[in-house]
Parts: sequence; structure tokens; C-alpha cells
Amino acid sequence: MKINRIGYLFKEGLRGVFSHGFRSFASVTVIAACLIIMGSFALVAVNVDNLIDEMEKESQILAFVDDSLSDDDALLLEGAIRSISNVREVRFIDREEAFENYKASYDDSTIFEDLDASVLRNRYVVYLSDITLMKQTDQALRAVPGIADVNSQISIANGFITLRNVVSVVTAILIVILLVVSVFMMSNTIKLATFTRREEIAIMRMVGANNGFIRFPFVVEGLILGLLGAGIGFVLEWGVYNFITNRIMNSIAANLFRVMPFSSIMTPMLIVYLAVGVLVGAFGGAIAIRNYLKV
Amino acid sequence: MVELTDVKVRYPGSKKDAIKGVSFTLEDGEFAFLVGPSGSGKSTIIKLLTGEIRASGGKIKVNDFDLRAMKRRQLPKLRRTLGVIFQDFRLIEDMTVYDNVAFAMRVVGAPNREIRKQVPYVLDLVDLADCRDRLPRELSGGEQQRVAIARALVNSPKLIIADEPTGNLDPAKSLEIMLLLQKINEMGTTVLVVTHEKELVNAFDKRVMALSGGMLISDGMDGYYGYEN
Repeated sequence: MKINRIGYLFKEGLRGVFSHGFRSFASVTVIAACLIIMGSFALVAVNVDNLIDEMEKESQILAFVDDSLSDDDALLLEGAIRSISNVREVRFIDREEAFENYKASYDDSTIFEDLDASVLRNRYVVYLSDITLMKQTDQALRAVPGIADVNSQISIANGFITLRNVVSVVTAILIVILLVVSVFMMSNTIKLATFTRREEIAIMRMVGANNGFIRFPFVVEGLILGLLGAGIGFVLEWGVYNFITNRIMNSIAANLFRVMPFSSIMTPMLIVYLAVGVLVGAFGGAIAIRNYLKV
Repeated sequence: MVELTDVKVRYPGSKKDAIKGVSFTLEDGEFAFLVGPSGSGKSTIIKLLTGEIRASGGKIKVNDFDLRAMKRRQLPKLRRTLGVIFQDFRLIEDMTVYDNVAFAMRVVGAPNREIRKQVPYVLDLVDLADCRDRLPRELSGGEQQRVAIARALVNSPKLIIADEPTGNLDPAKSLEIMLLLQKINEMGTTVLVVTHEKELVNAFDKRVMALSGGMLISDGMDGYYGYEN
């Protein structure tokens, strides 16, 4: 396609945007609103995912060494524990360290004066690669000769997994619904434009314009509207997210969890917004013009 | 050149043919009228020639395109060899006279240089050089039809099909348009005028083909309007 022809088609697309100002405004608003809702759910999902990741990293299993093993024999178990798949990291804690840690969790250590470290067992703190395999890892640890008992919080791990799955599914469903709504709105906006320009399209066909030439200005119009909607939606999302996260960080909730700063997800977010804007716009434009290209 | 051989058309859902075995040939450079009352099949013939509908039987060739065999994506190529003029002018209201004509060149990808050369030439040919910056609503019916003729001409088609080109005009303007079409024909373009205006047809010494009930009932070279309504 020649340069002057491309320039003409782009100009026609722009003409479509500005010659129907209110309709274009409505379309941009709908896309921006849909993207803000989609983006908000995606941000919640990302934060939940991040929170669970953090918790996963902290998630651990305690493997207690049989009292019959000497300290030296207890240390020799580390190799067997490390060889279990899904074990990310292992740390040996002897009785003394465990006793000190235990005492440190109480303000008044005098209550432990009559006790010594021998009341506790040597133990391994085992960190996992994948929290969903906690049960299998628990069983594998129990099977290691010399391990007397294992303490793992399987129900808590399952809670995290369920929460993550629910948030992911809800977000995915909402994103699909809102994408369909956006394409529908965009398509209807451009359908109205094609209706008012149907004479023009009929003349184009009659003088021998090919389908690509007829379609292109409407796709450009959709693209421009989609990109505008995406840009506005992104800026608003940014503002709203920062406002809400600032409120959270200044409240008591800041002690419970950490919210991801917008800057850390800004680039992928912008790319997704623009990509959705472009796709919704171009797809909506192409759908709208479809009926006029049949003859 | 237009060549129809035993062409039949049946619209979907209809039990009878709208065109019942019509045959005629229109040689390059010829001028012919296609006449007939409402419902005789004139519009169907135009739709056939422009590729809007397909024949259900027979053979139909327009400017070397076999319309029954050609693929849909070849339609734009066929239409670039045609210029079509309508009764209601079909101009784009928010475009000037110049842009309405240039539009037909732009959509077929003509370079700007050629557009700047060709559009003033055809506007001059239809005697509208002074109106190039006016909008269609600022022109009379006759002038609007001349813009439509300029648009049909601008891509130098082999065949001009005029569908009731004088239907919205007074007798004086009608004659003016017909004289313009005759002038275009004399310059080498084949012209087919579809009309039901008997007096206008009789004013010209041209070939007249008459349709009735989907059949070609007369085809005379003496310019006589052979079909009596």
C-alpha cells in the first residue's frame, strides 16, 4: 500500500473519531471504565498472589529428630532430608537454640529457670519450593529414619491455595466478561458510525474499493478510541491505586500485609492496557464493518 | 463490452425468474437505452452488470470479466472498469464537489499527482470547474447529477451505466444530462442508460432495448422507443 494511501486512510479514521464527538467520548469512557474494573481485579489478584508468595517463602515444616540419636547422628540426617524433592532449604536447630528461641518468645524468662534444653528435641526447619506439595513432603520426611515426628500446617497451606485459586478464577471470569462488553460497546459505536456513512461505503464499493480499503478507516477509528480509553483508564487506575494503597499503608492494616507499589507493576500494566485497547478497538471496528462488506 | 447469453435470475425465496433468458451484446463504444416499466427487470440487469447479484443461469461477460465464474474478491477489479450513475446522485453531503470526485480516485489508490490532474479535467468536461469548492446542497439537481457523472468518469471506465439519470430532473436538465452522456460516448466510452422516459429516448437516434416481465421484447437500432407502456 502506497504511503499517500495509508496517510489518507489514517486521516479518514481520525475524521471518524472527531466527526462523531459524543459517540467517541462515550466509547472511550466505556473502554476506560471496563479497563479500570479489569485492572482493579487484576491488581487485587497480583497483590494476593504476591502475599501468598511471601507466605509460601515463610511456610515451613518442623522435622523433630528422635531422642535416641546423638547430636552428631542428628546432624547426619541433613543429607537425607535435602534429597527429598520439593525441599528448598534446610536448617538444623539443636536443643539449645530451640530452647533459647522458645524462651525469647516470652517476656518473663524466669518461668523457665527449672527447665533445661533437654526437654526439647533437636529439629530441622524445612522450607518448601511448592506449598501445594506440603502433604507429600510431610510424608516423605516421616519416612526418613531418625525423624520422630513432623509438624506441618497443611490446613493453612490449603487455605492459601484455595484463596489464590478463587481470586484467579474470579479475576479471569471478570476479565473475559469485561473484554466482551468492551468489544460489544466498541463495535456498537462504530456500527453507528458505519450506519451514518453507509452511503459513503456503498459509493466506495461501487467505484471498486476493496474490502481492506473500506475496513481500514473504521479499524483506525477503533484503534484510536481503544488507545485513548486505555490511556485514560491507565492514568485513572494509577491514581486510584496510589490513593488506596496510601490509605492502607497509613492504617493498621499495614502491619498485616504489604501492598505492592504501583511502580513495580507499572510497565506490564501499561503494556496490557494498551494491548487491550488496541485489540478491543481494532476487533470492534472490524466486527462493525463486517456487514457492509458482503456485496 | 457487455455480453449476456440466455441469462436467468431468480431471487432467493422466489418461485419465478426475475430475468428469463435475456441475451444481448453491447459493443465497445456503443450507446444504448434499456427501457421498460417498473418490475420489468431493469434494476436486476444493472445489479447483474455491477456484480451485486449473480445470475442463476446463462453466461454474462462485462469488460472481459466472466461474472458467473469470477471470485468475489475480483469484484472491485470489475467495478473499476465501470462508472455508475444513479437517479438520486448519491453524493457525499459533507464533501465538496472536488472531493466527491477525487474520492472515487482515492479509493482505487490513485496517486495524489494524478488526482490533482484528472479531477479538474473531468469537472471542466461536465462544465463544473467553477463549482469545485461548493457542497452538493448548494447545487441544483442538474449540477449534482453532473458531479455524479464526473465521479463516474474520473477513473476512465470502459462502460458507464446510468440508472434513471434524469428521474429527478426537469425536461431541460434531463436533455442536458443526456447530451453530456452522448458527448462522453463520442469520446469512446460505452454508455448504457436505463430509463422509462419515452420522450427523452425518442429524442436520440440510438439503440433501444425493451424489457418486459423479465424478457427482452425488442432490440432496435433506429432509436425508436419500441415498447409501448
